[in-house]
Amino acid sequence: MKFTLSWLLEHLETDASCKEITDCLTKIGLELEEIEDPADIFRGFVVGHVVEASQHPDADRLRVLKVDVGQPTLKTVVCGAPNAQAGLIGILAQPGCVIPSTGAVLGKGKIRGIESEGMMCSGRELGLSDDHEGIIALDHATAGADAAQALGQVDPVIDIAITPNRPDALGIRGIARDLAAAGLGTLKPLPMPELHPDNQLVVDHGIDLEEEAAWRCPYFIARRFSDVNNPSSPQWLQTKLKSIGLRPISTLVDITNYFTMTFARPLHVFDADKLKGRLHVRLAQEGESLLALDEKTYVLTAEDLVIADDRGPVAIAGVMGGMETGCSEDTKNVILETAYFDPVGVARTGRRLNILSDARFRFERGIDPVFTKQGDMLATAMIQELCGGVYGPAASAGDAPKAPSPISYSPSMLKRLTGMDVAHEVQKKLLEDLGFVVEQQDIWQIQRPSWRPDVHGAADIVEEITRLIGLDDLPLTPLPNLQASMRPVLTARQRRHRLLRHCAAGLGLREAVTWSFLRQEEAEIFGGGKANMRLDNPISSELSDMRPSLVPNLVQALVRNHDRGFRNLGLFELGPVYQSREIEGQRDYLTAVMVGNKAPAVWHAESRPFDVFDAKGMLFHLLTQLGVQVHNLLLKREAPDTYHPGRYGALFLGPKNKIAQFGELHPKVAADFGLNQPVVVFEIDIDAVPFKKTKGKGRPQPEWFDLQAVEKDLAFVVDENIEAQSVVHAARGANKKLIHDVQLFDLFRGGDLLEGQKSLAIRLTLQPSEKSLTDAEIADIIQQVASQVQKATGGVLRG
Amino acid sequence: MHDQIEQLQQAIYAQLQDVSSVRALEQLRVETLGKKGSISLLMRGLGKMTAEERKQWGPLLNGLKDKVGASLDARYQELADQEMQKRLQAESLDLSLPGRYFASGSLHPIGEVIEEVTAIFAGMGFSVAEGPHIEDDFHNFTALNIPVDHPARQEHDTFYFAPDEEGRRPVLRTHTSPVQIRTMTQQKPPIRIIAPGRTFRCDSDQTHTPMFHQVEGLVIDQDSHMGQLKWTLETFAKAFFEVDHVVMRFRASHFPFTEPSMEVDIGCRFEKDRIVIGEGDDWLEILGCGMVHPRVLEACNLDPQIYQGFAFGMGIDRIAMLKYAIPDLRAFFDSDVRWLSHYGFQPSHMPDLVGGLAP
Repeated sequence: MKFTLSWLLEHLETDASCKEITDCLTKIGLELEEIEDPADIFRGFVVGHVVEASQHPDADRLRVLKVDVGQPTLKTVVCGAPNAQAGLIGILAQPGCVIPSTGAVLGKGKIRGIESEGMMCSGRELGLSDDHEGIIALDHATAGADAAQALGQVDPVIDIAITPNRPDALGIRGIARDLAAAGLGTLKPLPMPELHPDNQLVVDHGIDLEEEAAWRCPYFIARRFSDVNNPSSPQWLQTKLKSIGLRPISTLVDITNYFTMTFARPLHVFDADKLKGRLHVRLAQEGESLLALDEKTYVLTAEDLVIADDRGPVAIAGVMGGMETGCSEDTKNVILETAYFDPVGVARTGRRLNILSDARFRFERGIDPVFTKQGDMLATAMIQELCGGVYGPAASAGDAPKAPSPISYSPSMLKRLTGMDVAHEVQKKLLEDLGFVVEQQDIWQIQRPSWRPDVHGAADIVEEITRLIGLDDLPLTPLPNLQASMRPVLTARQRRHRLLRHCAAGLGLREAVTWSFLRQEEAEIFGGGKANMRLDNPISSELSDMRPSLVPNLVQALVRNHDRGFRNLGLFELGPVYQSREIEGQRDYLTAVMVGNKAPAVWHAESRPFDVFDAKGMLFHLLTQLGVQVHNLLLKREAPDTYHPGRYGALFLGPKNKIAQFGELHPKVAADFGLNQPVVVFEIDIDAVPFKKTKGKGRPQPEWFDLQAVEKDLAFVVDENIEAQSVVHAARGANKKLIHDVQLFDLFRGGDLLEGQKSLAIRLTLQPSEKSLTDAEIADIIQQVASQVQKATGGVLRG
Repeated sequence: MHDQIEQLQQAIYAQLQDVSSVRALEQLRVETLGKKGSISLLMRGLGKMTAEERKQWGPLLNGLKDKVGASLDARYQELADQEMQKRLQAESLDLSLPGRYFASGSLHPIGEVIEEVTAIFAGMGFSVAEGPHIEDDFHNFTALNIPVDHPARQEHDTFYFAPDEEGRRPVLRTHTSPVQIRTMTQQKPPIRIIAPGRTFRCDSDQTHTPMFHQVEGLVIDQDSHMGQLKWTLETFAKAFFEVDHVVMRFRASHFPFTEPSMEVDIGCRFEKDRIVIGEGDDWLEILGCGMVHPRVLEACNLDPQIYQGFAFGMGIDRIAMLKYAIPDLRAFFDSDVRWLSHYGFQPSHMPDLVGGLAP
């Protein structure tokens, strides 16, 4: 909401400075956004009298001026303006000034060998007009005087943010009222004009307010004017509107804008000669349309309220008028509409048609219904004064909605909610200054002013008093100690997330945070892209679908880094994937992607690219941190389309519970992202990992043995298609009592092995518990292992 | 006999002269003092001698044995030292060559700040609550006193999904406030929670991203009031910005779910490339807060005649930018490895109030 200081002071009697006013506005909830003070804009600009103008010795088009700025010495200024003649009174920008039109700081400089001590400004350079033909020429002003004063630019423009609960502050008078209540002066009276209508001049055939439309328009006033003139509005009105960024159009239209800004009272003026028959306030018929003042045609529905004549709609009620019945310079006869429209109805129509107008903005927040009648009277007087002609009596339909029942309020409520002690009389005075009517009983009965539709209950009353007083003097009260303070605050799930993030970073991965959404095509590739997971109004087509996986956004991040020349890195993210709209469908994953070299080439070693076993190693490390017994995991190899079918593993705890997967991204998928090299990935479905079962905090008894373990290395020749895990599982199962661990430590091909064969070497750890193992017993175990492995895999123990 | 001993001694010392390795020296020790060594053989001869002879030659032979033994030991030490010297020289490395490579990981500032905020509020008895990102209308709006046609809804720039068969139209939560509702409908007062997490608004420019992070705070009890709210926020600000003193300014504002509502500015000083919190005459808005609106309590089946409390919310990305002088919000979500490395945190860094928040 923009207004000028002088406009505000037409309604507020005060000695306060502009700064005091804006500070107070911010404190009471009408937050200052910006202030444009001409005194600041024109700081350093002064009135300069051109005493002498001579030809520049080295440039045909330049002149060298001697300029009097009220100082003992004249300033030398080089100037190219054709009107730079001796005797001209202009505005000199001195070095260091910020030129309003460009924002550039004026420097000192030589122009063709002559030092210029400033710049004589054009209207355009000063941001005052489009004139750039020559420098600005004033009629009279003292040399050296302040430029803002001399240019008549003295009125600060204040822009404040209005929260949606404060429709009253969308008019300057409402702002003045709030400031007065906050103790910054008094609200000037607003006398009602005495009207002398010509009773012959009636609204043709009256107003037809249809019954089913009545809730949308409780009160409608129309008044007819004849023989008015509608030229450009007077200078004072144009200046006012321009200063807050509104374009003057014609006197009648400017008056409606003036009322919108001054009283938050939107009006509408129809050219009466372009209307036919009665004025109807009704719901639109499905499919009716209107060419509105913004030159767009809107198709209406039975949900929209319109003002219509006998032919059809002439205005979308409370939102925008129609083009054809609007006022022009030639308008002679006028209908003035002053109505109260229901906020909800205006909001719906405005939103559906997507029309942003000053009228809609105010109606949908709720204007003062009681001010309807006064608004009509004040506007009538102003039209008569500025446009002449005669006016008829007000015709009306309906009435201002009744005031709601009073609010019960106990003054002790203020202390209860805020902790502040405020005397009852002070509370009452503040409320009355805001226009509340207070009836002081045990429980106060408070009638809210008609311009504050946001106030409904006792908590709102507390807010009104609190915002005027402020919290500066409210003492701090510590929160009482809760028993809970000494317990850990994170849930087991939250603690696990924290552990995983720190551990993953500890593996040399960098944590990233990427968007929760992605492009539809990518969502589809990674198993998502269903219509119910797509946004109706995405910010762009690249961010249209909820992500089904963290992989694509992380790979995109790899690509961006790759393009910047960072080609060897691992990233991870711990965050949500979205499988369905339900809470259960929003799961947290930890996903990592790696590309390029794991380690650079150095003097003692070649560089080594990230491979799937890096992913597997990191993944197993992290799963171990979560308490998973990784040797219980079952690896399954049926790869989804996004993974390399031969370089993929899904990890299961039990037959159905898939907790993680890892592998190499399918080369085709990687290439589609723009990476023509292996991308290694692992993903943990954190919520699928069961929590570690612990009984109390005590650790279990350790299983340590007095007898040393025996290690035995065995190699098996197996077919190429046999997986290492089947050899390990078979060996582990051969003698569960004595075999404590089986590690696969070597893979060998070639030598004396046949084509299609490989050798897998495992190390058995045998742990005797009661007595040392004899050679015969060890040989026996090896025999058991050999036969189990052979049974499971066909593998033969190498000699 | 005397000559024999003399000769042997000369021979041994001559050999000792030529010995140039520990191995040769040990060989010589065996040849002289070993079981079948030259000196041992002579000493064995003592047994066959008369007592008189033994008395004469015994000490001489023993003397020879001791002397040779001591000489061998001395020489051994010399040779061993020489050999160690040689080995050390041979094993010398150019340690200016690079060491083995360890990749450095890092943690994102958002996670760091969430951990810092959690540590501070944990100290005041708050626990951490969570809620879904895809929310229903009730939790994101209606229960928070934002009715369908209220203009406040438009100010939220909400992301919508298509309506389902029953006409329900889920949204991406526009704030963390729905977690207030989920908490109040699931647990009884006293309630003290914070709810950090992702939030979404259909807005994108230099200072806005369609996804960002907020942290919500909620305190509900029978007598929680604005004096406690003020204390809570001031305590938080001092702890978070790690300063002894902050000035806070409470400005009246409006949020549909609180009444009264306040916006809070923190006193600061703007420097060239950073903002100094806790000193200076400028103000910076950091959060919104207020007393929970009676209608919000009612929507959660809490009687506003009995229960009351306060709520607050602030931008995690924003306070991260302030504290760590990070200039650009958009960079948070770009995953530029240079940015992750420069603004990131060490994997082992766990912020807490014992060891400190910022590293």
